[in-house]
Amino acid sequence: MVNIIWLILLLSGIIVAGLNGNIEVVTESAFKAAQTGVQISLEIIGIMTLWLGLLKLAEKSGLVGLLSKLVRPIAVLLFPSIPKDSPALGSIIMNLSANILGLGNAATPFGLKAMSQLQELNPHKTVASDAMITFLALNTSCITLIPAMVISLRVQEGSANPVEIVGTTILATACGTVCAVSADIILRKKYRSRF
Amino acid sequence: MYVLTQISRWAIPVLLFIIPFYAYLKKVNVYEVFVEGAQEGITTAFKILPFLVGMLVAISVFRASGAMDYLIRFLAPATNFLGIPGEILPLAVMRPLSGSGALGITAELIHQFGPDSFIGRLASTMQGSTDTTFYVLTVYFGSVGIIKYRHAITVGLIADVSSFIASVIICRLYFGG
Repeated sequence: MVNIIWLILLLSGIIVAGLNGNIEVVTESAFKAAQTGVQISLEIIGIMTLWLGLLKLAEKSGLVGLLSKLVRPIAVLLFPSIPKDSPALGSIIMNLSANILGLGNAATPFGLKAMSQLQELNPHKTVASDAMITFLALNTSCITLIPAMVISLRVQEGSANPVEIVGTTILATACGTVCAVSADIILRKKYRSRF
Repeated sequence: MYVLTQISRWAIPVLLFIIPFYAYLKKVNVYEVFVEGAQEGITTAFKILPFLVGMLVAISVFRASGAMDYLIRFLAPATNFLGIPGEILPLAVMRPLSGSGALGITAELIHQFGPDSFIGRLASTMQGSTDTTFYVLTVYFGSVGIIKYRHAITVGLIADVSSFIASVIICRLYFGG
């Protein structure tokens, strides 16, 4: 899908330029964009370096564990089908906490662990269980507290207030999460009858 | 409004305080561990370089040729009705499909329109507020051999669309424009 979109953007751009009789803009904008890409990657190194150093500290100090204590009561509510003492619940909580802190590399192993533990509780091995779908709804909709990459881009482009989008991002994310969880609860019953 | 402003102002300083301080309480060698993690900054930047170049070239050619203007004019009745800038649509389509692809489009929008323009702020908010739904579903379900996703894709896309709409509304209310 990404391949198709990329191809359409590039080819339709070239065709339109050709039809409009200004084919030279293709060469010019392509070369300029390639240089901009390199420039952006290089200039975000500063903030990404600072941020990844900080995240390593969060990881090594076990901040994920601290956050997971706050997430637990919500998780118990959202996963009624998982026994409270199940290790699956622990893995889910660790995955979500790591995601919230922006620890992508630490989150994935917890996430895959959670999936295999949920699979043990799943009666139909090729069909997604309720808990799995709720977990992935949370995983894909509730993410990172601090969008470090976006902030670096804004700094690099000379924003007067690069962090001003932190509040709007958190609020928009919260809306998405609430909608995802509500949709899951409604659709769950409808899809149950199908298998 | 006030709360959002204060969250944005305080988020980074608070984390810069709490994380090293908590690590120190947990007897982590704070500076050494920081430097160890910081080394990944360079690899991360170089890792995204080819994605950025690829996506920036495609979208720049699409924009410079005038094809983007045609698309925006074609979609104008719908986007005007919803109050969405047409320029943002390629990002909305790419976001659930590819994280690095979406990052490329966000970078181009910020570069083209400026980080403090309405489109720049909206793109920044959208990029941070959802995840790559299709990638996550494929990897996670694939890892345990699930074939029937049931309503997972619908739920994921509802999350994406609602964060997208929420981003537009919140940015309009908060930043104006």
